[in-house]
Amino acid sequence: MITTLPPLLTGCVALLCAWVLVGLAGLLRPGSVRFAGRTLFTLGAVLGLGLAVLAGASLLSGGTERLILPLGLPNLPVHLRLDPLSSLFLFLLGASSFGISVFAGGYFRQGEGTLPGLLCLQYHLFLASMGGVLLANDAYGFLVAWEVMTLSSYFLVTTQHRIPEIRRAGFLYLLMAHVGALCLLLCFGVLQGGSWLFTFHAMRAAHLSPGWAAVAFLLALIGFGAKAGLVPLHVWLPDAHPAAPSPVSALMSGVMLKTAVYGMLRVGLDLLGRPLWWWGLAPLILGLLTIFYGVVFAAVQTDMKRLLAYSSIENMGLVFAGIGLTIVFAGSGMPAVAALALLATLYHCLNHSFMKSLLFLGTGSVLHATGERNLGRLGGLIHRMPWVAWLTLIGTLAIAGLPPLNGFVSEWLLLQSFLFAGQLPHAFVNLLIPMGMALVVLGAALAGYVMVKFYGIIFLGQPRETSLAHAHDCGRLERIGLLWLALGCLALGLFPLQVVHALGAVTGQLVGAAVPQASAHWWLLAPVPGRSVSYGPLVFLTATAAVVLLTVFVVRLIYRQRVRRGPAWDCGFGAATARMQDTAEGFGQPIRHLFQPFFEIERELPEPADRTPRYRIAIRERIWRLAYEPLARAVGRLANAAARIQQGRISVYLLYSFVTLLVLLAVALIS
Amino acid sequence: MKPVDWITQVLEMAAALAAAPVFLGWLNQCRAWLQNRRAPSLWLPYRNLHKLFHKEAVIAENASPLFRIAPYVVFGAMVLAAGIIPSMGTRLPLVVSADAIALVGLFAAARMFMTLAAMDVGTAFGTLGARREMMVGFLAEPALLMVIFVASLISSSTALPVITAHLASGHVGLSPSLAFSAVAFILVLLAENARIPVDNPATHLELTMIHEAMVLEYSARHLALMEWAAQLKLFNYVCIGFALFFPWGVATGHIGPAGLLVAIPALAVKLAAAGLGLAVIETVSAKMRVMRIPEFLGTAFLFAVLGLLVHVLLKA
Amino acid sequence: MTHIPLAQQLLDTCAALLLLLSFAMLSQRRVVTLVNLYAAQGAVLAAATLLLAWRTGEDHLYVSAALTIALKVLFLPWLLHRLIRRLEVYWDTEPLLNVSGNMLVGLVIVVFAFSLAQPITLLASTATRGAIGIAVSVVLLAFLMMITRRKAMSQVVGFLSMENGVFFGAMSASYGMPMVVELGVALDVLVAVLVMGVFFFQIRERFDSLDLHHLETLKEHE
Repeated sequence: MITTLPPLLTGCVALLCAWVLVGLAGLLRPGSVRFAGRTLFTLGAVLGLGLAVLAGASLLSGGTERLILPLGLPNLPVHLRLDPLSSLFLFLLGASSFGISVFAGGYFRQGEGTLPGLLCLQYHLFLASMGGVLLANDAYGFLVAWEVMTLSSYFLVTTQHRIPEIRRAGFLYLLMAHVGALCLLLCFGVLQGGSWLFTFHAMRAAHLSPGWAAVAFLLALIGFGAKAGLVPLHVWLPDAHPAAPSPVSALMSGVMLKTAVYGMLRVGLDLLGRPLWWWGLAPLILGLLTIFYGVVFAAVQTDMKRLLAYSSIENMGLVFAGIGLTIVFAGSGMPAVAALALLATLYHCLNHSFMKSLLFLGTGSVLHATGERNLGRLGGLIHRMPWVAWLTLIGTLAIAGLPPLNGFVSEWLLLQSFLFAGQLPHAFVNLLIPMGMALVVLGAALAGYVMVKFYGIIFLGQPRETSLAHAHDCGRLERIGLLWLALGCLALGLFPLQVVHALGAVTGQLVGAAVPQASAHWWLLAPVPGRSVSYGPLVFLTATAAVVLLTVFVVRLIYRQRVRRGPAWDCGFGAATARMQDTAEGFGQPIRHLFQPFFEIERELPEPADRTPRYRIAIRERIWRLAYEPLARAVGRLANAAARIQQGRISVYLLYSFVTLLVLLAVALIS
Repeated sequence: MKPVDWITQVLEMAAALAAAPVFLGWLNQCRAWLQNRRAPSLWLPYRNLHKLFHKEAVIAENASPLFRIAPYVVFGAMVLAAGIIPSMGTRLPLVVSADAIALVGLFAAARMFMTLAAMDVGTAFGTLGARREMMVGFLAEPALLMVIFVASLISSSTALPVITAHLASGHVGLSPSLAFSAVAFILVLLAENARIPVDNPATHLELTMIHEAMVLEYSARHLALMEWAAQLKLFNYVCIGFALFFPWGVATGHIGPAGLLVAIPALAVKLAAAGLGLAVIETVSAKMRVMRIPEFLGTAFLFAVLGLLVHVLLKA
Repeated sequence: MTHIPLAQQLLDTCAALLLLLSFAMLSQRRVVTLVNLYAAQGAVLAAATLLLAWRTGEDHLYVSAALTIALKVLFLPWLLHRLIRRLEVYWDTEPLLNVSGNMLVGLVIVVFAFSLAQPITLLASTATRGAIGIAVSVVLLAFLMMITRRKAMSQVVGFLSMENGVFFGAMSASYGMPMVVELGVALDVLVAVLVMGVFFFQIRERFDSLDLHHLETLKEHE
């Protein structure tokens, strides 16, 4: 077989195995928070860092390594491959999971439902299976890893399985994940193209007719879209992500959603070969809808983790719109622009992984300190939890897409590639593109709204409950985790050229064009082919900082007036209480009012004479009533109809088998 | 980039700092004349700033450091923005690092800090102002971006100086799509700078105000910085308007004394005209209800999108 | 873009202005402003006609421009203003669809109209490139306005604006209709407005309001 092992790939596989071992070690002392929680999670984090280093090295070298492991069934070995695309996502997995695992080391306490040791096993199995998905080079290995990923995350979601809503959320997640997995199974079935070989290598070589290729693409879109939370397959996401413990939410939002993106890129741009341009319209339009849908719903949420989950939906919409744009450009013979769009997509995956993990971990700390998830009972935590508050602020600004942080870079790249759309040779698409661009910028601006609401209501203002006075800041391990992710956001924002350079290998692999490096300076990003457009976040930051510091200096120097602390002015209205601040419902009111047709609102308003006024509002997605509930009823009816053949008598069942046997024999006879 | 370009750069920022209060003074004078009132002095905004800087600052007891940082960040962002917009010359060294999208991002960052600071003390007015400001922002910001995109499609660049140089060079001629975006831009300008149909800069009636509600807790030097930043924002928006729709008189090469001799009077004339125009708009229109604002801005946004569509359709 | 002649550019701008004014009408609630916008649309139309006349040298276009100014910029707006004063209908009530919704539908209509006009534009060599698409858009947008308004007054303005669109389309596709047809149409419009004016008074006398939903009560009971 193989004489010399490929070094990087072997290293990665060894690290994934080590993750499994760390998980299994948790079973040694399953009840101990100290051992399973602190020690093992920290060990897992170090392994993650190692994985990031190996994957980063592979990405920079731009090479491809293959390995065949004789595991599993006879004659069905596991094919593994480490190419730039999988290295990138492995890097993302390793780097984000380092921060999350370190945080998790300080996070889990007794009484979270599942025992810490078991949790440790599920958690590390989840990590290792995600790595397996990224490394698999045949459909068997891919789907097995995919299923392990789904199952382990299902158990993690239902950590607090004593709460009925969480069980329900877990079930919904499992259901949707299986619908998706079924589509993927069928997709690979189409992709093998009659050769019945299920290695990815054979699939690349298979020649599909355009019709079948489109079917495969569509199946992949449904399968991976269900995992990524693309509207209308997103319904599980706002339930499942908040239900899980915060580090798991971070892992699901930050990393697991990206495996779906990886799969979509792998199938759409690699296994299917040259895509046709109009395939791209499906992910583009769905992605744009998802952006808008996700952000509008995020704006009206009152549960902080649900708000972040909807924001994840929005960001996945952005990523899928980018994929769609890439395919449209690549299929229209504009590889350089396709590379730009793909770059924006990949960049946003990296960004979102860091920002969203950071925010979810921040909510985890808040949840631990206060026991509250409802925005309406939080407030003023910046005084009690300065570490969490200031680090979360970085994530908040980043996800709102503000320069010079990282969220801005990917949005900038995506908009730049949108601006090329006028040159497409398809008149109708040219008309669609401005509207798409409008939706993207509207989504970005609304994300700012959502983030002001998120941050302002949790951390600023006065505490809305008296119990918040006892909130404590997070521990040391948690701080390290948050700090790592915040630094990641900063680094991705300030050194875009270096990141773009590293991503060049991936764009080269997928669309056959690296992004031109027009810029002569290391601090300047100028990736747009043939246009004098550039962005230099470091200069941007330096200039802002210089102006701000100069202002501070001048003001201090010339006007040496002292500062006095006094009660809040509030237009001279002295009796202001914390209850007079805007609530989460209040802050979302303009959005609720404006986009009323989207929501199914149930509202209880107090009467003017009520002694104990109560205001309650429940917002549901219309999609439940319009699509899912009829579907569920139809499935129920179908099941009832099928139940008729259940007679409960042995002889009847034997008759079924007998008839089946006869029919099969008859078929064999005829053919 | 030559040293002379850096001089231009610093000069532009300094000019914006100096001219922004005067521009507001001029606007107020025009309004007073149009409304048959006695006009306040042109220098009144300066005196106000001076007065505020000399006062003792009072800060709410439960204000966090964010509250004290915000005025400096907002002010810094606006000064930097003034350095990115080509109001006199197009060869600006800073522009290489920040194009028009980054400019809109800069405005968004300033807005974000301002709203967060408004929510910091936790008063009813502060949060109300923050909410309304974000309501204005989430529609105005994309509309502004779409306006800029029309111009960048025409000149195939998102860097403002390139756009200005291209539009000023006479290659373009009349462009119907710019007509749409100009209308959208004026609506955005009014909304973003708390001018009359959207917000009343002179009011202290809590139920209608947006900007004033947000800075209610500020006093003395912090308030002065916030006010100056607001004046700079108005100035910047007007200059963006010039850069996109009236790019005449802006020096496109290395700017020398001769170039400045043209650019400064040109800017002054344009500013005077713009102040008068704004005053007319503010005099003839009435303040609208708060819940009408999204409609107003939605119109602006759709006009900008329409401009983009017209550009794609007519290829002009 | 440098090779486009000035007259062409001006025509394009006029076309875009027509569309702009149509959208402005769509987003306007005040009836008085609506009439003013209509007058402005007439003025832009006249300017476009004059431009085309100057460029092609077709004399009858001058006549038609003069007719447009006389009828659509001066007489009809004056008449409508008088009607508004007499009937005291300054505001339309809340439209059936809110303004943003209206504009969104309008946007879709524009895209649709342009896709529709694409083949015609390719055939007609005389057409300014986007003019036919814009003409169709103006007609459809006016239609949309008539659908979503409640007051009869706004609907009349919508009807008139629709005629503007038709006129512009004919002009840009084939340098205007034959003189007889044009005069006939002008007369038609005039008579229509006069008849409607009379009609308004009748409606108001009957229902004390110009709100058209009162007409719904006129149907026979089942």
